[in-house]
Amino acid sequence: MSSRERILGRVRRALADVPGDDTPYERAVVRDYLREHGGRTVDETVDLLAENLADYRAIVHRCAAGELPSLIAALLSGRGARTVLVPPGLDPGWLAAAGAERIPDRAESDPHELDRVDSVVTACAVAIAETGTIVLDGGPDQGRRRITLVPDHHICVVRVPDQVVSSVPQALGRLDPVRPSTWISGPSATSDIELDRVEGVHGPRTLEVVLVSGR
Amino acid sequence: MSGTYLGMPAFPAAAREAVGNPTLRGNLRHATHTIRAKRAKAVAEVEDWAELREAGKRIKDHTLRHLDTYLERLEESVTAAGGVVHWAADAEEANRIVTALVKATGESEVVKVKSMATQEIGLNEALEAAGIRAYETDLAELIVQLGKDRPSHILVPAIHRNRGEIRDIFRDEMAAWGRPAPEGLTDTPAELAEAARLHLREKFLRAKVGISGANFMVAETGTLVVVESEGNGRMCLTLPETLISVVGIEKIVPAWRDLEVFLQTLPRSSTAERMNPYTSMWTGTTDEDGPGTFHLVLLDNGRTDTLADEVGRQALRCIRCSACLNVCPVYERAGGHAYGSVYPGPIGAILSPQLRGTGSEIDASLPYASSLCGACYEVCPVAIDIPEVLVHLRERVVQGGPVTRAGNKVVLRPAKGHAAERAAMRAARWAFGRPGALRTGQRLASRTRRFHPRTLPGPGRAWSATRELPPVPAEPFRDWWQRTHGGEAGGK
Repeated sequence: MSSRERILGRVRRALADVPGDDTPYERAVVRDYLREHGGRTVDETVDLLAENLADYRAIVHRCAAGELPSLIAALLSGRGARTVLVPPGLDPGWLAAAGAERIPDRAESDPHELDRVDSVVTACAVAIAETGTIVLDGGPDQGRRRITLVPDHHICVVRVPDQVVSSVPQALGRLDPVRPSTWISGPSATSDIELDRVEGVHGPRTLEVVLVSGR
Repeated sequence: MSGTYLGMPAFPAAAREAVGNPTLRGNLRHATHTIRAKRAKAVAEVEDWAELREAGKRIKDHTLRHLDTYLERLEESVTAAGGVVHWAADAEEANRIVTALVKATGESEVVKVKSMATQEIGLNEALEAAGIRAYETDLAELIVQLGKDRPSHILVPAIHRNRGEIRDIFRDEMAAWGRPAPEGLTDTPAELAEAARLHLREKFLRAKVGISGANFMVAETGTLVVVESEGNGRMCLTLPETLISVVGIEKIVPAWRDLEVFLQTLPRSSTAERMNPYTSMWTGTTDEDGPGTFHLVLLDNGRTDTLADEVGRQALRCIRCSACLNVCPVYERAGGHAYGSVYPGPIGAILSPQLRGTGSEIDASLPYASSLCGACYEVCPVAIDIPEVLVHLRERVVQGGPVTRAGNKVVLRPAKGHAAERAAMRAARWAFGRPGALRTGQRLASRTRRFHPRTLPGPGRAWSATRELPPVPAEPFRDWWQRTHGGEAGGK
C-alpha cells in the first residue's frame, strides 16, 4: 500500500463519527465578520493607507501623476542610486527624469547581479488601507518576485484611489490565486530579539511608497 | 518526532531546573509581557474579533471533518499547477523523501525557512547524516543553530536568549558557519539583525535548494502561503531552483476566500501586528519566476491518530500563532525546553502527547503541565479549548482506554505513576456513596486534626510537595448545621 493510500485510509477511519450528511461547507462556515472595518470616504481610506504604511516604517510620498517622474528621480538620487531594476511593463514615463542606469528584469539574471543593483521601482496589484499592505502579483509592471527582494531600496507606486481597498477580504477578492503574490507591510523586520520589532533584516531595508493620484 | 527530545525527563523535573535559572526567568518574563500587551491592543483594533475567531474555528473544523476530500483536492490542484506531491506517513519517511529530493539535485547544502514541521521530524539531523548541510535562515533559528541549542518557542525559538547572549553566540560561532560576525558587534537588536543579514546573504544568493513549511494550503487552488517577517522566507521561496515544502496535512483550508479570516487573525495574534511584513503565496510553479521545480511533502506523523480522538482533534485547528505560550503562567516560568518537544506551552501540552502518544515519561506528564487557568483558550484565534483537551488527556493517562497509534486502534493501559490517585478516587467514590461512612470519617478526621501531617506520606508526597493540604475544620459542616440550625425548616 502506498503512503498516500495509508494516510487517506487512516483519515477515513479517524472520521468514522462524521455523518455522511454532515453540514456542507457553505453552511458550516458562518461569515458574519465584517467586510471592512469602519465607514470611510474614499479619501479617508487613502489617508488610512498612508498612515498605516508609515506606522510600520514605510516612507510615504504623495503626488499627482504629472509630478511622478520628478519625484522618482529625486528619490533615486537622494539615495545615491546609480542603478535601478525595472520591470518589463513599467510605464517608461515614470523613470523619464531619473539619471540612474536602468537594469531590465531578465530571467537570466543571477541573484548576485541583482544584489549589486541599488534600487528597484515597481507598481503594485492592490494596497490594503487597514493593514498598511501593498500586494505585488508579478504583473508586467511589477516583475519577478526576486527583484523587489534582493535590492536594498524598493520604490512602489500605488495608483490612488483605484488600487486601494479597505480590507484583507477585499484585497483577496481582487487577486488571482494562480499568480504568485507577495504581501508587503513595511520594510523587512524581525521580532526575534526579545519579541520586540526591529526593522531591516533580509528584504529591502528601505521601502518607499508613492501614492499617486490622477491619470 | 525528533530524536533530539528522546529521553527527556518528565515536565516537573525539567521545569524545576528551569525555574531555578534567574536569567531564563528574566528573559521569558520580559518577552512574554512585552508581547501580551501589544497583542491585546492589536486584537482590540478589530471589532469583529469574536466573529473572525468563530469563522476560523469553523473553517478548520469543517476541513478536519472532511480531510480526505480536501487532501485529494489539494493534491489535484497542486499537481495541475506544476507541483509534485509526496505523502509521508511518519517522520522517517518524510526525511527519506526530502533527502532523496535534495540528492537528486546534486547539491550538498540547502537554505531553510523556519518550519515547525521540519523541526518536528528532525529533518536537519537527517540531512546532516546524508552529508547535506541545512542552513536555518530565520534569525531566531539561526541563533538556536549557531548556539547548538534547542528551540523554546513556536514563533521566537530563541526567546530564552537575551540580546547579550545572542551577541556572544554570533561573535563566537558565526565564523565556523560562514561569514564571521562584524568586528566590535554590540548587543543592539539592529546591529544583531545586520550581522544576520550579512552572514546569510551569501548563502541565499548561491542557494539552489530551498526547504520550507507552510502556514496554509488552499485545496481549491493549490496555493501555499508562508507568513513571515524578515524576508528570509521570500529568499528561500524565490531564489533557489528547487523548492521543497514539508507541510502537516492539517494545514489545509478549503478555499482561497478562507485566507481572509486567517490573514487577519494570525498576524495580530502572533506578533501583534496588523499585518506581518511579508506574506508569500504561490501556486505550483510560475514560468521564469521563482523555483522551476516544486515538491510538496504532505506529512502525517501522528496527525491522523490525533484526528481519531473526537475531543483531542481540535488541537489540529492550531495555526501556530503562539499566543497561548505568551499568556501562559506555566510557560512564562518554566520556559519552552521543559516541554521536551518542538511544540512547547499549552498547545504543546495537548499536541505532543497526541502526536507522539503518552508512552514516554515526558509525554505522559505534559497534560499536567498546566494550572487549567484557561488563559490559553481565551486568546486562541481558533478557539481551541486547551483546558478541555488537557483534562481529557489526563483522564487518558490515568485510566487508559482506546486510542489510535500509527493508524491502529489500541487500548492504552492505565499509567503506572497514578495508582495512588486511582486508589484515592475509588475510596472517594465508596465513601460518597455511603453517607454513614462519610459522616464517621469526617468526624474522625476532625477529632484527629491536631495530629495531621503537613505533607502526605508515601505515594501522596509528590502531590502535597507543591500543594497545601486543606485544613480540616474542628467540626464537620453537617454536624455544625445540625447543631445550629437543627430545628429550622430546611434543616434535616
